[in-house]
Amino acid sequence: MRLREFKPSVTIFFWKLYSADVLRKYDLKFNGRAKMKHRKFGIFIGKKIIRLLILLMVVCIASFWLIEQSPIDPVRAYIGEMSIQPEQRALLEEYWGVNTPSHEKFFNWAKNLLNGDFGVSLIYRMPVTHVIKERFTASLILMASSWLLSGVVGFILGIIAGMNSGSLIDKAIKTYCYVLIATPTFWLALILLLVFSVYLGWFPVGLSVPIGLTAEEVTLFDRIQHLILPTLTLSVLGVAQIAMFTREKLIEVLSSDYVLFAKARGEKGLDLVLRHGVRNVALPAITLQFLGFSELFGGAVLVEQVFSYPGIGQATVAAGLRSDVPLLLGIVLVSTVFVFLGNLIADIIYEFIDPRIKQQEATQ
Amino acid sequence: MTASGTISKGLFRGFNLRQKTILLTSFISLLLIAIVASNFFIDNRSMSTDFESKNLAPSFDHPFGTDWMGRDMFIRTLGGLGLSIMIGAIASTISTILSIILGLLSSVGKIEDSFVSWLVDVFLSIPHLLLIILISIGLGGGATGVIMGVAFTHWTSLTRIVRAEIKQLKTQGYIQVSRNFGKSKWWIAVKHFMPHLIPQFILGTILMFPHAILHEASVTFLGFGLSPHEPAIGIILSESMRYLSAGYWWLAFFPGLSLLIVVLSFDMIGENLDKLMNPKKAHE
Amino acid sequence: MTSNAEITVERTKGDEALLKVKDISLSFSQYTSGLRKTEIKVISNLSMEAYSGEVLAVVGSSGSGKSLLAHAILGILPSNAKLSGKMEYKGQELTQERKEKLRGNEIALIPQSVNYLDPLMRISDQVIGNVEKKSEKLMKELQRDIFHKYDLKSDVDRMFPHELSGGMARRVLVSTALMNSSKLVIADEPTPGLDEKNLNETLSYFRDMANKGCAVILITHDIEAALKISDKIAIFYAGTILEEANIEDFKNDGENLRHPYTRALWNALPQNKFQAIKGHQPMQDEVIDGCFFYERCSIRDEHCSKGTPQLKMINEGLVRCNNVS
Repeated sequence: MRLREFKPSVTIFFWKLYSADVLRKYDLKFNGRAKMKHRKFGIFIGKKIIRLLILLMVVCIASFWLIEQSPIDPVRAYIGEMSIQPEQRALLEEYWGVNTPSHEKFFNWAKNLLNGDFGVSLIYRMPVTHVIKERFTASLILMASSWLLSGVVGFILGIIAGMNSGSLIDKAIKTYCYVLIATPTFWLALILLLVFSVYLGWFPVGLSVPIGLTAEEVTLFDRIQHLILPTLTLSVLGVAQIAMFTREKLIEVLSSDYVLFAKARGEKGLDLVLRHGVRNVALPAITLQFLGFSELFGGAVLVEQVFSYPGIGQATVAAGLRSDVPLLLGIVLVSTVFVFLGNLIADIIYEFIDPRIKQQEATQ
Repeated sequence: MTASGTISKGLFRGFNLRQKTILLTSFISLLLIAIVASNFFIDNRSMSTDFESKNLAPSFDHPFGTDWMGRDMFIRTLGGLGLSIMIGAIASTISTILSIILGLLSSVGKIEDSFVSWLVDVFLSIPHLLLIILISIGLGGGATGVIMGVAFTHWTSLTRIVRAEIKQLKTQGYIQVSRNFGKSKWWIAVKHFMPHLIPQFILGTILMFPHAILHEASVTFLGFGLSPHEPAIGIILSESMRYLSAGYWWLAFFPGLSLLIVVLSFDMIGENLDKLMNPKKAHE
Repeated sequence: MTSNAEITVERTKGDEALLKVKDISLSFSQYTSGLRKTEIKVISNLSMEAYSGEVLAVVGSSGSGKSLLAHAILGILPSNAKLSGKMEYKGQELTQERKEKLRGNEIALIPQSVNYLDPLMRISDQVIGNVEKKSEKLMKELQRDIFHKYDLKSDVDRMFPHELSGGMARRVLVSTALMNSSKLVIADEPTPGLDEKNLNETLSYFRDMANKGCAVILITHDIEAALKISDKIAIFYAGTILEEANIEDFKNDGENLRHPYTRALWNALPQNKFQAIKGHQPMQDEVIDGCFFYERCSIRDEHCSKGTPQLKMINEGLVRCNNVS
């Protein structure tokens, strides 16, 4: 009995030893690297969160200070053009804390912020969080669609220009991009509005949904119809930067040693560009596109204003013009997080996805 | 194809790339100077209202048409461009000075350096346009608000360039020698770094111009900038919005196009100067 | 330049050269500060021949434009390059069109470093290259075979270039030339920074290729390495070839060497007199009328400073010098 039991266990023992050895080898090669990567990623994200918190704190203080400097009268902002009794005014002044010292006001505001209370918007008469949520969702659709469109079209144009650099088509694309970069966003929006809405009548002149309809009655078609022109404006401008970048990067890649070698091995034409060019340009281009969230937001502000698209951009302008301080500060914070996220994704691509970076670390 | 083949074609046949670049740059510069200069010759009468000739489409008398008060849009546009260029000049200059100071500050020491790059990060973390609006509001709006808003937000890229340039200069031998002689950090910064950086500053200012002008116009268009009485392009365009559905396209078209041309001109001057200074880029 | 239609001298060997390079010159136009245009001459009136089954070493100092010679043969020069002269491959003129057809096929390049591999492409995909779908499997097997021969384990297939060690990279680069039925292999500086053992191993790959019937052009700055495996050595100086010597000429203290520069190089070797030669090569933007070696030559006379010396056949080797016979 004992012997019979012993024998297989010996085999198993040796098998285990062997496999453990094999596994360990693989472990070191693959899992080991993966584990290291996970840990590194954890530290990376942790650092980024701390950075974001510090950043938000600074932005809070700075933007609060800036608004405090300005001659804004919250009471006037609240009541608008109405005339009121002095007693009521005094009451409102106390409510808005006109006469409390700045630092006290700041701490009150910050304390509420920490509790998730951004205050009440003066012009929309509802919680700032509510306004931002609704407005940002609308803008996000606009920004996401134009971001994607400009990214794809820009990348393709950049590749075409880069692989034909010096040719007529390259010059045409380059000129197009130069002109677009110099074009005022709002002017382009006006021109498109003029051509497509006023003259051709293809699109409505304003608002993201037809007036007089409740939310349920608005069809998807309506929404899309109101989205097309703003998206087009925003992406037409976004194309320029990514196309120029892709073009330059592709020219750089095409003059690299490895493309030279690929040519020496008989690769050529579109195949060569697709095999080596696109492969090496794609990641930097995507990274750049993520770094463009700040410009995207700015563009959205202008475009929404022209097309009366009820997004966060329009709310920003309204809040600024009509001195809606809680809303304005809320938007500043949210847009800061928005830009931060774009940069964070770009960093992640750069540090964790592009294998070339690992190479540099390995040689260090 | 050889490079000489591509140059001797087109409009500038017979010139080499150097002559062509210099010629083009001078021509564009003259155009811009003419726009600014013309502002001093516009007398108030031509800006005045004339209700007998309101809302006229472009014609020989009024190349850009007239607005609802009968004002000549060409003259209004010219005035707006002049104003934009001047605001752009002031803002770019302030921005450049800021980047000189911060760039040099970053060369002083490690703490200063990380402070400067942190400051750059903070300024880049809020959407650019929003930050200009915020600063403009903080300073009470108006011309000062816009100029400062634009000036305080455009120094970041040039500061980064200056910082990188200084880092590279620091590795040079003569800087080390200077340091060994016991020269102070500021002395080195001013005596050794500045001469190398001055071309960068000039180029940086010119390249900043188009951005500054565009941002000024945008902020004004949104209503945070210059007051409605000023003949700014942003004001003209925001007013034109009210008349678009009436079909008065010239109110928006020409002023915006002129702005585009001015911005493009500054871009071209910057690019060409860059090419003259960094000939490697001319090969493309 | 007076030297046209040069190598007309009959070879003792009966067979035709696989590659004939006749009197090629290469120059670049460039912009300098302020957009002034200048011309830089990199190769002038260079002639050489490569034979099947032989290793021809092109030896010259680093940065003297030897790589560009390889690029010129392959037709992969940048667009601002101007190439003149004539090349023949298998007796027919080697036009740009023909170069494009032949490269990666009959003519292979072995580059100098791992930088010549796409940093984002896995090794096996790169070595196999761009092939049609149907032959993919076959090529994969061939690649595995070659890797096996060079002792590259199967996990190398899935690696990225930056994961290769120096020795591995060298073998991967060499194996690219074996993927096709190459008849002419141009190895560009394949041996920098290798230790004795690796150097000999790499060199043996090239000897192998030649023994199997390839013509190998070994471009190097290392004359000692070249001497180990080459049949002929061409001395590259200031953009031209001053001498093409047979390997035997380097024996007997280099007595049979023809050109004073080759002698000087020979004498500079540690195992010989270890005497460095004074002066430096002329700069690429210098315009020189006369022998390129004039400034440093020990046997020059006044007519060496005017007109480039003709290439002449002396003792079964070629030399570009007025004063040897």
